[in-house]
Amino acid sequence: MAEKVIYAMYDDDDVLKDGAKLLVAKGVKVSDVFSPFPIHGIDPIIGVKQTRLGIVAFLFAITGTLLATYGMRFFMIEDWPMNIGGKPNGTYLDNMLAFVPITFEFTVMCAAHGMAITYLLRNKTLPGMPAQNPDPRTSDDKFVIELKHSENSQFTEEELLSMLKQTGIIEIDQKEIN
Amino acid sequence: MHKEAAIREPLILGHKSYHDVTEDVCRSIEDKAPRMWYILFGIALIIGIYGVGCIAYLLGTGIGVWGLNKTIGWAWDITNFVWWVGIGHAGTLISAVLLLFRQKWRMAINRSAEAMTIFAVFMAGTFPLIHMGRLWVGYWTMPIPNQFGSLWVNFNSPLLWDVFAISTYLSVSLVFWYIGLIPDFATIRDRAKRPIPKRMYSMLAFGWSGRAKNWNRFELVSLVLAGVATPLVFSVHSIVSFDFATSVIPGWHTTIFPPYFVAGAVFSGFAMVQTLMLVMRKAMGLEAYIHVRHVEYMNIVIMVTGSIVGVAYLTELFVSWYSGVEYEQYAFINRATGPYWWAYWSMMTCNVISPQLMWIRPLRRSLVFTFIISIVVNIGMWFERYVIIVTSLHRDYLPSSWTMHFPSHIDLGVYVGTIGLFFVFFLLFARFFPVLALNEVKTILKSSGESYKNAPSHGHDDHGHSSHGHVEDNTNSNNQ
Repeated sequence: MAEKVIYAMYDDDDVLKDGAKLLVAKGVKVSDVFSPFPIHGIDPIIGVKQTRLGIVAFLFAITGTLLATYGMRFFMIEDWPMNIGGKPNGTYLDNMLAFVPITFEFTVMCAAHGMAITYLLRNKTLPGMPAQNPDPRTSDDKFVIELKHSENSQFTEEELLSMLKQTGIIEIDQKEIN
Repeated sequence: MHKEAAIREPLILGHKSYHDVTEDVCRSIEDKAPRMWYILFGIALIIGIYGVGCIAYLLGTGIGVWGLNKTIGWAWDITNFVWWVGIGHAGTLISAVLLLFRQKWRMAINRSAEAMTIFAVFMAGTFPLIHMGRLWVGYWTMPIPNQFGSLWVNFNSPLLWDVFAISTYLSVSLVFWYIGLIPDFATIRDRAKRPIPKRMYSMLAFGWSGRAKNWNRFELVSLVLAGVATPLVFSVHSIVSFDFATSVIPGWHTTIFPPYFVAGAVFSGFAMVQTLMLVMRKAMGLEAYIHVRHVEYMNIVIMVTGSIVGVAYLTELFVSWYSGVEYEQYAFINRATGPYWWAYWSMMTCNVISPQLMWIRPLRRSLVFTFIISIVVNIGMWFERYVIIVTSLHRDYLPSSWTMHFPSHIDLGVYVGTIGLFFVFFLLFARFFPVLALNEVKTILKSSGESYKNAPSHGHDDHGHSSHGHVEDNTNSNNQ
C-alpha cells in the first residue's frame, strides 16, 4: 500500500533535535529519523524505545554457559573419563576448575555472535538488502525527519509543511513509499 | 552532550565539518592509489608469497625442516605465535576497554587497530596449524563426534583452551569490527559513482539506512560487545601464558605469567599500532585526526605496560632466587649469562629501558622518537618470547642433552612471510576500507573538534573558534 511521507532535511543534529522537540510538542508524530551517526537524546523525543538486545545477549550467554558445562561434563566425565596421574576426575565438580576457561570463552562466543546475528536480523541489515535512506546524503552530513500522513491525519499537508518550515530545515521532499 | 574541558587539546584539528570528515576518509578509497601503495604492496606480496612457499615446503617435507631438535621441541614457531597474538591485543583493547572507559581518542585509531588485530591473529593462528604438520587434520582440535571410539579432545589441556580462546577472540573481534564498519560502508556506498564499487559497497553495507532505531541498537550492541570483549582480551593472553605456566619446566612454571603476558601483549600491540598509525596518518593525510595527542596517550599506555613488564622481569628473577629451587635459579642465571645472554639483554634493553624514556614529555610527543621506540619495543617483545621459550628448554634436567637452537632458513622464511602477508592484508584494508570510524568521529566533532570546541555557541559556526590555550602542535589549524 503506497503511503505519502514527508522528508525534512537538516544540516545539523542539534537543529534537528530542537525541531523534533517542537513538532512533538505540537502533537506531530515523527515516524523516523535518518542520520549519519547516532544523535544522542533523539530516542525519547520521537518515542523510540530502548532496545532489548542486551537481554538477548544475556540469554545467549547463559545458553553458552550451559552448553559448555553440559558438553564438557559429557565428554570428560561421562563418555570418556580420563585418568591423568590418578587425579580425581569422577565427578564434574572435581574437574570443574579445568573447565572454567573454555566455559568462559564459549559463553562469550555465544553471547557475541548470538547478539550480533539478532542485531542484523532485527535491523534487516543483511548482505544484498537495499538501502532505505531517503537521500544518499543522510550517510554523510545531512539529517532527515520522516513524517507519515497516515500517522498525522489530524493535520493537513499544509499544516505539516508550515510547522516543519519553522524548524530550520534546509530541504523538504514528499514521496510515496510502499 | 558530552563536554570536554576547554584546556584539553582538541581531538580533531582544523575547521572540519561533518562533510569534511567524510571527504578526508573517503578520498583514499575513491582516488587512485598512490604509486607508493603499489610499491609497498608489491614488496609485501613478494615476501608473503615467499612465506607461503616456505609453508608449502614445510608441509610437503615435514617439520624436520625447522631448526627444532630433541631437546628444543618448541622454539621459533611458538615464539612467533605468541608474538603475533600479543600484537593482536591492542585493537580490541583500544576499541573495547577504552570504549568502556569512555576514552574518546580511541575513535581515531580503533578501526585500523582492530583491522591490525584481526590480521595479526590470522598470522598467529598459522603457526600452531602448520606445526601440526598435517594441516588438513586441523579440525581434530574441535570436539567433533568421530569414529576413534568417540575419542574427544582433552578439555584439561591449556592447548585446547587456546584453541577456544583464539577462535573466540578472532571471531568476536571480526564481528565487532564489522558491525562498526557497516554504517561507514553505507557512507561510501551512497557516495560511490562507478557501478562496480557501488555494487561492492552496497553488498558490504548490508542495506544500512541509519534509522534512529538502528542507531539505538547499534550503540547498545557496541557497548555489550565491548563489555564481553574486555574480559576476553585479558583471558586470551592469560590462556596463552597457561601453555607455559601449567608445565613443569623451570622458567615457565610461574604464577606471574598471566598478568605479565597480558601486559606484554598490550605493550607490543600498542607499539605496532604506533608503527602503523604514524605511517598511515602521513600517507593518507589524516594528520588532523591522528595527531600528537593520540600518540602521546598511546605512549603513556606503552610506558605503563612497559613498566609492568619490567617489574615482572625483576619479580621473576627475585622469586627464582627466593624459591630456593636449584633448577629454577639456574634457569634464570642461564638466561642472563648463558649462551643466550645476547637475547636476554636485548629483551631487557628494548622492553625495560626504552619505555622509561616516555616519562620525558618532549620525547613522548615526538613522532620520530615514537616511531623508533615502537619498532624497538616489538623487537624486544619478540626476544622476550624467544628467551622464555628457548632458554628454558635448551638446558634441561639432563646435561647430556643440552643443546642450542638455530633457526633454519625455513624458520626465517615462514616468519618473514607472515610479516609480508600481514602487510598485504593491512594495505588492502587501507585501500578499500574506511580507516577511520566515520560515524564515531562525527559524534565527537562538536565536543572535541577544534572549530567547535570553545566556540561561543555550537551550531554551524565554522569560524567561531578562538581563544583556547595555545598548544605547540596546532600548526595545521588552518588547513581547511
